Amino acid sequence: MFAPLADWASSLEALTEHFPVLVVVLPMLAAPLCFLVRHANLARAIGGLAAVACFAMVVQLLGRVLDEGVVSYRLGGWPPPLGIEYRYDLINTFVALIVSAMAAIVIPFGQNPRAFAVPPGRHNVVYAVYALCAAGLLGMTVTGDLFNIYVFLEISSLSAYTLVAIGSERRALMSAFSYLTMGTIGGLFFLIGVGMLYQMTGTLNIVDLSERLADVSSVRTLSVAFAMLFIGLSIKLAVFPLHQWLPNAYTFAPPKVSAFLAATATKVAFYVMLRVIFTIFGRERSFEQMNLDRILLPLSVAAMFMGSIAAIYQLNIKRLLAYSSIAQIGYMTLGISLNSESGLVGGIVHLFNHAVMKGGLFLAVACILFRLGSVKIEDMRGLGRRMPWTMGAVLIFGLGLIGVPGTVGFVSKWYLVVGAIERDLHVVAFLTLVSSLLAVVYVWRLVEVAWFSKASEGSSAQTVREAPLAMLLPVWLLALASLWFGISTDHSAGIARLAAQQLLGTAP
Amino acid sequence: MSAYLGLWHYHACIVLMMVGLFAVISRQHLVKKILGLTITQVSVIMFFVAMGKVRDGTAPILATMEAEAVATAARDVDYSNPIPHVLMLTAIVVGVATNALGLSFVVRIKASYGSAEEDEILAADHETSKRESAAL
Amino acid sequence: MRMRENTILRVAAKSLLPFFFLFAFYVQFHGDFGPGGGFQAGVIFAAGVVLYGLIYGVDAAKAVIPKPWVEVGVALGVLIWIATGVATMLEGGRYLEYGKLDVAHPVHGQHLGILFVEFGVLMAVASGMTLIFYLFAERGR
Repeated sequence: MFAPLADWASSLEALTEHFPVLVVVLPMLAAPLCFLVRHANLARAIGGLAAVACFAMVVQLLGRVLDEGVVSYRLGGWPPPLGIEYRYDLINTFVALIVSAMAAIVIPFGQNPRAFAVPPGRHNVVYAVYALCAAGLLGMTVTGDLFNIYVFLEISSLSAYTLVAIGSERRALMSAFSYLTMGTIGGLFFLIGVGMLYQMTGTLNIVDLSERLADVSSVRTLSVAFAMLFIGLSIKLAVFPLHQWLPNAYTFAPPKVSAFLAATATKVAFYVMLRVIFTIFGRERSFEQMNLDRILLPLSVAAMFMGSIAAIYQLNIKRLLAYSSIAQIGYMTLGISLNSESGLVGGIVHLFNHAVMKGGLFLAVACILFRLGSVKIEDMRGLGRRMPWTMGAVLIFGLGLIGVPGTVGFVSKWYLVVGAIERDLHVVAFLTLVSSLLAVVYVWRLVEVAWFSKASEGSSAQTVREAPLAMLLPVWLLALASLWFGISTDHSAGIARLAAQQLLGTAP
Repeated sequence: MSAYLGLWHYHACIVLMMVGLFAVISRQHLVKKILGLTITQVSVIMFFVAMGKVRDGTAPILATMEAEAVATAARDVDYSNPIPHVLMLTAIVVGVATNALGLSFVVRIKASYGSAEEDEILAADHETSKRESAAL
Repeated sequence: MRMRENTILRVAAKSLLPFFFLFAFYVQFHGDFGPGGGFQAGVIFAAGVVLYGLIYGVDAAKAVIPKPWVEVGVALGVLIWIATGVATMLEGGRYLEYGKLDVAHPVHGQHLGILFVEFGVLMAVASGMTLIFYLFAERGR
């Protein structure tokens, strides 16, 4: 029944052609397999293999996109405006790279069984949900069809709620519930926006949509559609006043889940927001007709300050990191609202940098929880001497959050400040720097507790050992990445610049 | 005025949506919140279905397979737009999944807190975090 | 427990059940020519199981359709769907390009592809719904 494949080379080449769809299909294939095998380590192997393969495929695709421009794949062979198209351009291939890299870092190294409220023997389900979440996020990133984005958004969200809910504490359940409530409303707002756009243009393909929207004159419906899409995505992204679900969800989820979600879920929502603002509505309409910057700029600045100030007062390191995430999301949206190339580069590169830093920090918290059994900052007294590698990585990521030169955080803040100055928004540039000083405060709290205070007598911080290699390896991979991309900016910032030019339509 | 009356189905969707969102925000019981979410979902589904409906249009199914007959039929008969309806089939599935997941959370919350009232659960959580910070 | 004594319900349900499942399969296969398809059929099928469980008790339903089966069914349904897509790729087409399933007659291939995919959907949905029913019915007993 199947056509014989001539030899390895040609079969590999035939396979390369299908990479665009396999990126989504492979994790989706892994999910039911993980569910079926009923053995935790076997499921881990399947999920990990799929994630690593995905990462390899996205790397290959990124090379192709850099060489040839857009790579398009027609599902079922139907041509684009009719059928669903998977469309890889620079920005979404870049985001897909981050998502698949995080999946490849989080899934294969295993999960702490104590962090999950799953009966022993059923831990394979955890990997199935991870794989499903990764499939949803990757699908959202690569698809060129607006409704398809909604479907994948819900697939990834439903699995994210599940991952949060299986945290070992009972408070995880309630935070998953409010995450579900907020997330579903956000998804529905997005869906209404999609419906209105469909009503006006009769198409769901993003490229086709953007072309047809140029002829639409009804400003009112368009404004409502824009508002619906924007608010729906803002909930998913946790833009400042709509962030309430995030601190609890990240605090009570197992730390590796927090690492995965912090590094991917909000990033993909940010990507979709970029798509809506710059590709579908276009820069002119978004900023001149809808006055997006007047709304988003104050909200971003408020998020930067509110998140950082709230982070200073936290007693729990996970909650501290969660509030810091809200501040960092503020930096990303600031990049959009500056409405300039440098600003957008800053936003996109911060998307990458924050994924590296926050993913790494939460993975380090996983190490701390594994050895210390606590995530309270007070209990971490003197931990710098007992777990030097873990806390060393925390320090590197912390410096990145502040934006010290030589770390990734510096690169994105540099672009943001340049973007603000280019637009003559000196106040915003100043506020960006001030909010970085707030980051110094909360990072310093961690440093002080870990290195400059003595462990209290008889506390477990006096006796703990360094985390096992399998847990340190992913943390240090990310720590080295954060140093590497802080010094050599060709790859991260270079691709971000090209992607920004492609989004703004100013590509040379 | 007639423009508003003629679009009554959209207004019905808005009313339905507000009813759902109000329930989500104001009710204390978690199951009622889930019901509110369901009503909101239904309002969006109705919005799409209303959008695809063409007045006096029939179901977009061709009775015959012959090319000529198809061409004639397509000219003479108005069909409702099937795409929004098909999209909603998917949205209904998503809604079912969300409901099932939300209700399963409620079941487990009830099992571990002994209550499904939001204020009681938040009070219990507050107690827990107060105990945690007092232990320092 | 009251249900056990309610003869009318038991007899009515018993005589209705075959038609539930028959109707599910009718909707499934009629989906090829008109409204219908795997999702609706799966829900109707699961409704039959749920009705049986409500009248005769969950244990009786589990004796007919064991819980491990439905757990496997959920995953297997998704796998069938993906496998169909992979098969079309192996035949040299795009993912889910059904026409390639029968090279000589693309239309026939499309029928075949939709049949496979809808069967996967039927399986996943019917098992999923039944599983949800089982899991909720087990609580608090």
